[in-house]
Amino acid sequence: MAHFTKATSLHDWMNQRLGIDTVRRVMATEYWIPKNINFLWAMGMVLAVTFAMLLISGLFLLMYYQPNIHLAFDSVNDVIMRQVPFGWLFRDIHAVAASIVFLVIYIHMLTGIYYGSYKKGREMIWISGMLLYVAFSAEAFSGYMLPWGQLSYWAGTVITDLFSLGSLHAEWLLHWIRGGYTPGQPFLDRFFALHVVLLPLLVIGLIGLHFGALRIPHVNNQEGEEIDFEAEAKKYKSGDKKGSKVIAFANDFMSKDMFVVGVYLIFFFYLVLFHNGFALDPINFIPANPMHTPASVEPEWYFLWSYDILRGFSTNVGLIAFAFAQGIFFVFPFLDRSPNAKPASKRGIFFLWFWILVIDMTGLTIMGKLPPEGMYREVGVMFAYIFIALFIILPFITKFEKKV
Amino acid sequence: MKEFISLIIIIIFTGVIYYAIGPVAKKVEGHKFIPNHHFTYSDIPPLKLKGNVAKGKALVFGAGACIGCHSIKSVGIAAPMSPVMAAKTYGVVPPDLSDAGVLYSPKFLAAYIANPVKAMLLQHRYNAKNGKVFPMPAFAGAGGNKQQEIADMVAYFKSIAFTKKISPKTAFVDSCGRCHAIRFDKWTQIGFIPKFKNNLQKLKFELKVTQYQKALKKYKGSLPPDLSTILESRNKHFVEGFMENPQNYIKNTAMPRVGVTAATANQIEKYLFQTSNPEHAQRESLGRGIMIYLFIFAFFAYLWKRSIWKDLH
Ligand code: HEC
Ligand code: HEC
Ligand code: HEM
Repeated sequence: MAHFTKATSLHDWMNQRLGIDTVRRVMATEYWIPKNINFLWAMGMVLAVTFAMLLISGLFLLMYYQPNIHLAFDSVNDVIMRQVPFGWLFRDIHAVAASIVFLVIYIHMLTGIYYGSYKKGREMIWISGMLLYVAFSAEAFSGYMLPWGQLSYWAGTVITDLFSLGSLHAEWLLHWIRGGYTPGQPFLDRFFALHVVLLPLLVIGLIGLHFGALRIPHVNNQEGEEIDFEAEAKKYKSGDKKGSKVIAFANDFMSKDMFVVGVYLIFFFYLVLFHNGFALDPINFIPANPMHTPASVEPEWYFLWSYDILRGFSTNVGLIAFAFAQGIFFVFPFLDRSPNAKPASKRGIFFLWFWILVIDMTGLTIMGKLPPEGMYREVGVMFAYIFIALFIILPFITKFEKKV
Repeated sequence: MKEFISLIIIIIFTGVIYYAIGPVAKKVEGHKFIPNHHFTYSDIPPLKLKGNVAKGKALVFGAGACIGCHSIKSVGIAAPMSPVMAAKTYGVVPPDLSDAGVLYSPKFLAAYIANPVKAMLLQHRYNAKNGKVFPMPAFAGAGGNKQQEIADMVAYFKSIAFTKKISPKTAFVDSCGRCHAIRFDKWTQIGFIPKFKNNLQKLKFELKVTQYQKALKKYKGSLPPDLSTILESRNKHFVEGFMENPQNYIKNTAMPRVGVTAATANQIEKYLFQTSNPEHAQRESLGRGIMIYLFIFAFFAYLWKRSIWKDLH
């Protein structure tokens, strides 16, 4: 049994019981981060802040939202937007954050790929990150169901249709997921439960895993340099902060993060307050009407690239290509056979591969928005083929990479 | 420097995607930009004749038979029947004419009295082929010069429209309210939802609304949509253009050209905007405060970072 002495201060009292000094040391003052990093390493903190805003704004929305197919639309568009004080602010924060979080996720992911930050012990960071991406996608989709507008209803129909799995005709699965033949009250109820309980819990758990996975390998740095953290930490603690290659998470790293977050928040709140039209589809401002299909049912911008891969092919092939596109990023660390965990600029042909990937995914996103006819269809299909080909050749080009 | 280049690259890619899936995609999708003409109604010839108010009054109350169907509350003429009865008879309640002289463009009003179907651009619904007749008859003339008689009536309506500038709400209620509900402002086609003393009153009111809507649905082929969120689901340009000429946007739509003046249209839009965006003024003022706060926050974050990193470099 532990030995407790009479506390000399509140701090000491807490320290004996919770070990707050140790927690502080492990989590902050002696959590070592390489010094040689740029603002792209602040994206994780930007994501955490964005998630916190989703959580807080979502909680306020939840106090007024009614998960009922007859009441949902007006509970959002009338009660929250017009009647509740600052309801409009919370909804606009929630909607803009749900869209912008994906922009930051994509930047975060591509930064990881560019700097090879998924290799040499960092595989679990990458995999937990991908799980977060999937969880956020499910969160965004389920959130879109909630206002029960035309897009909720019809996008809900189209996306759940995928679960009949093409020629497998798994209607039983489809109807089980929907809780009926077509979306209705059970459908809204289950997506509500997922959106406000299960998925947020999952996201929080995954964020924990993601952070935990960072602890042992530490974050990567701009040059992909392998750092002897113990030796560098000793240097830092002995007072040679200038000579050491590491910095402490708090306040060294934190102060830089906070500056980036500050700039990000200016951009973010500008969008929330004065330029939020992009975040919500106009079609969803029409109440759900099962008798009337809207002229166009399009996914949000962050799903367009995989949507374009899906529709580029016949139903069955499309589904397989779609599953490939969604799943392939999970195994990225294992497809990259290179011995180098270095920035792409030092990796020869991989540098080219990276930029082709970025341009290809941008192209897919744009083609996913355009009508799948004539030239746009052909270009879209070409981008889809390039996407698949990129991942097939990845193991080969990286295997023959010279060690640098 | 490298950091700066990374930022520029991110901004460029984000910008390209934003621009391509926004404005460019809209163009490609064939959302052809339909220009509006500021309610000039160039297909209708200008009203040249000068009207005589007294003669116009006599016509409105006499040969024109207008008050057989319409109320003119400002001069004490009540509606000949209840809204529900009117809807059962005509399909829709004939609007009150107190403000007709300012709501509608005068030349439209003249053209409308002479030939309602043509002025409303509803020839596809009412023509010799299908034999359907519009509930309001075209003015056949009272024996004199028909054009002069119509000009007289228009002059009369102008003279009684004493409210020179009608409020946004009245503009909407008088020109669109007989067909469109606005549930966000408790407007139904038969009036604003009153406070009820008991459930029976409420049910009676709802029954009337339901009966009215049933008749309206039969008359128009579908119930005209509630316009509470129309500025969000469409946009200002669409609503304006649709009001001016619905056929430009939806071929053979049952929605009539209402013939409002640019000023009335402006008031209607104002009403639609106010009902769906009551937070607008607060957004502006609070928004400014939030932005100023964030700039200060970022500035101090920068100072903090500089003070800490001065020992690290
Ligand atoms: C038999 C009944 C009847 C008579 C008589 C009649 N109206 Fe109408 N009027 C209607 C109905 C019904 C409507 C609504 C039609 C609709 O909106 O589809 C209407 C609509 C109108 C409108 C609105 C037009 C718009 O653009 O929204 C005006 C103005 C009008 N009438 C003026 C007159 C005048 C002036 C007279 C007399 C010369 C007259 N009406 C006689 C039944 C009548
Ligand atoms: C006589 C009935 C009638 C009147 C008066 C009327 N409308 Fe309509 N309106 C309709 C009908 C019917 C539709 C449905 C048209 C369709 O779907 O083809 C409609 C549709 C609309 C739409 C929706 C178009 C869309 O597809 O999103 C708008 C906007 C609109 N009306 C605005 C107005 C405004 C503004 C006024 C007043 C100036 C007005 N309407 C007056 C009957 C009317
Ligand atoms: C974790 C806590 C969260 C809670 C309690 C919550 C709660 C809600 C509620 C009640 C709504 C319905 C009101 C509305 O439509 O505005 C909603 C909508 C929505 N949510 Fe969340 N949410 C959370 C997190 C997230 C996350 C992480 C995302 C996505 C990344 C997200 C994306 C959305 C979207 C896209 C909508 C639809 C927005 C709209 O149409 O207004 N939510 N959320």
